[in-house]
Amino acid sequence: MIQGTIFLVTIVLMAVVVGVFVFIAINAGKESVDYGPVQAKAFGIRTGLFWVIVVAGVLITVITTLDLPYAATRGDVAEGAVKVQVDGRQWLWTLSQDSATADDTVVFEVTAGDVNHGLGVYDPNMRLLGQTQAMPGYVNSLQLTLREPGTYKLLCLEYCGTAHHAMMSNFEVTAHPDHASATITQGRDGA
Amino acid sequence: MSEATISPLPTSARAGVLTYLAISALVFVLMMALGVLMRVGQADWLWMPPDIFYQVMTAHGAGMVGISGLAGSAVMWYFLRRYVDLTVGILWTNLALFLLGVVLILGGIFVGGFAGGWTFLFPLPSHGMGAWGNVGAACYLLGLMSIGVGFLLLYLDAARAIISRFGSLAKGLGWPHLFGRGEGEPPPPTVVASTMVLIINTAGITAGAVVLVLILVNLFVPTFAVDPLLTKNLIYFFGHVFINATIYQAVIAVYEILPTYTKRPWPSSRVFLAAWTASTIMVMSVYPHHLLMDFVMPTWALIIGQVVSYLSGIPILIVTAYNALTNVYRSGMRWDIVSGLLFLSIFGWGVGIVPAIIDGTIAVNNVMHNTMWVPGHVHTYLIVGLVAMLFGFMYHVAGQNGATKTIDKVAFWVYAAAGMAFSFMFLLSGYASVPRRFAEHLPEWVEYSASSSVFGALVLLAAVVFAVRFLTSLKTARTT
Repeated sequence: MIQGTIFLVTIVLMAVVVGVFVFIAINAGKESVDYGPVQAKAFGIRTGLFWVIVVAGVLITVITTLDLPYAATRGDVAEGAVKVQVDGRQWLWTLSQDSATADDTVVFEVTAGDVNHGLGVYDPNMRLLGQTQAMPGYVNSLQLTLREPGTYKLLCLEYCGTAHHAMMSNFEVTAHPDHASATITQGRDGA
Repeated sequence: MSEATISPLPTSARAGVLTYLAISALVFVLMMALGVLMRVGQADWLWMPPDIFYQVMTAHGAGMVGISGLAGSAVMWYFLRRYVDLTVGILWTNLALFLLGVVLILGGIFVGGFAGGWTFLFPLPSHGMGAWGNVGAACYLLGLMSIGVGFLLLYLDAARAIISRFGSLAKGLGWPHLFGRGEGEPPPPTVVASTMVLIINTAGITAGAVVLVLILVNLFVPTFAVDPLLTKNLIYFFGHVFINATIYQAVIAVYEILPTYTKRPWPSSRVFLAAWTASTIMVMSVYPHHLLMDFVMPTWALIIGQVVSYLSGIPILIVTAYNALTNVYRSGMRWDIVSGLLFLSIFGWGVGIVPAIIDGTIAVNNVMHNTMWVPGHVHTYLIVGLVAMLFGFMYHVAGQNGATKTIDKVAFWVYAAAGMAFSFMFLLSGYASVPRRFAEHLPEWVEYSASSSVFGALVLLAAVVFAVRFLTSLKTARTT
C-alpha cells in the first residue's frame, strides 16, 4: 500500500524538522555567543545539506518518473486491457460496463458531460487506488490492475456541486475462474 | 533599519494599517469558526444541509485566501514604506475595493446561494442545478474581480515606488549584487521580498482577471465557448500564486522583527538574493502540480510541476528557515508572544511544506490528490505558519513586545499544539483516503472529523484570545 510508505516518509521528515526547531528553540535564550563563528559553522553545514537535497531530489525524480500514470492517455494501453468508458455528470457516473475479473487490467476512459469531476477508484477496503480528472471535451485514461475480487467504489474527487459527496458507483470485480478453481482444489487437498 | 531612524507613520497611514489588521483579526476568527463548523458537520455532531455546507466551504476558502492577502499586504506596506514612498490613498482604495468585493461575495454565496468552491472551476459557476443561479455566481465572480483590482493597484503602486527609489525591479530584487558587482549595499530584505511579491501577484491577478471575465461572459452568453482545461490552468496559476504570495509578504515581519530580538543582522546576502529570485520564478512555474491528475496535460509540464515542487523547498527550508534558525541560535533572545509566534510561524512553514512537496510527486498525487492530505499540508503552513506570523505581527504593531500576559502564553501553546493536531488529523485522513470537500462522510471516516473538531475548536479559542488582545491594544499601537 503506497499510502503507508508516503505517510511514514512524511512523518519521519516532519519529525526531523520538529527536532531541529526544538533544538534551536531550547538554545535560543541561552547566553549569547559571537554571531560570526555561528554563521560560519551553520553556512558550512548548509552547503553540505544543499548538495544532499539536490542529489536526493534528482534520484527521487528519476525513480518516480519512470512509471507515470499517463501512458494509457498517450495510447500506450496494456495488451488485453478491459476498456470501460466513464461519463461523469452531476451527480452520477455512467459506465459502459460495471464489472471485470480479478487481475484484469482495466482502462477507465474518463470524460464529463457537464462540469469537472474526478474519478477516484477505491478498492473493497476503501483505499484509493488511483484517480484522474473528468473534464468536458477531454478523455483521461486511467489504467489500473484490479487484483482483489470485491466491490470497488467509484467516487467523485473533484468538487462538482451540492450533491458531489453522493456521486458514487459500484464496480464489481469477480474472482478469476482459474484462481477460484485453484482455491477449491487447495481446499479439497487440505481436507 | 533601527527604530530611531524610522519616520513616524502619517495618521491616515497608521489608521489604514490598523484598519487592515483589525478587519483581518476579526475575519480570521470568523473564517476559523466556519472551518470548525464544517468539521463538526462532517463529524455528524450537527446536521447541515449539503447546500449550506458547500456555501460555508466556499465562504471559508475565499474568505481565508482573501483575508490572508489583506493581512499580508498590510505587513508588506507597513515595512516597505520605511524604504520607499508609498501612496496612502492607494492603501485606502484597496481596502474599499476589498470591502466591496466581500459584500458581493457574501451576497453571491448566502443570498444568491453560490457554492461553487473558492476555485470556481469552469463551468461549475453556470451549473448550479437549482442551488444557485447566474446572478449569484456573477456576484461572487465580480466580488473576486473587485478584490483583485484593489490588490493590483496596491502592487502597481509598490512597483512605482521601488522603481522610483532603486531604478528598476531588477535592482529591487538585487540582481546587480547577485549577478555582478553592484554598487553599495544591496536592497534590504523587505524591498527584495516586496519586489518578488508584486511581480508574481501582478502576473497572478492579471491571469485571474482574464479567467473571471471569460467565465462572466460565458455565464450570460453560453455560446461564447470557453475551454475548461485552459480556464483550469489560469485559475490554478492565479490561485497558487496569490495564496503563496500571502506568506511571502508576511515573512517580511520575520525579517524585520526577529533581528530586533536577537540583536543580529539579517542582511540581503548573495544566497538570500538568489533564493528570492529563484522563488520568483518557481512560484509562477510550479502551478502544474495542481494539474497532475489532468492526464491530457503535456507530460513535460507535469514533470516540471513535480521538479519545481521539489526545488521550491530549497529557498524556504535552507535559506529562509535556516537563516532564521541561525539568527536565533545562541542569541540570548528573550521569548515573548511576538518572538514566539514568529518563530512558530517559520516552523509551521517549514514543517508544512514537507507533505506538500511529497504530494507534488506524481505517483503520490495519484492517491493523495483531492483527499484530506491536501488540506492537511495547507492547514499546517497556513495555521501554524502564515496566521501565526500575522498574529505575531499584530502583537508587535500593538506594542505588546515584552508585555506578554499569562493568557497570551496559554493561548500560544494551545494554538501551536492544537494547530498541529488539527492539521495532522487531515493528514491522517488523507492517509486513509478520505476525500476532501465532502459534506457528508461515510461512517468509517467520522472519527477523524470528530477529533479534528475538538482541535479546531481549541485553535479557534486561541485565535479569539489573539484577536481580542490585539483589538483591545489598538489605542497603544505603534506610531512608527
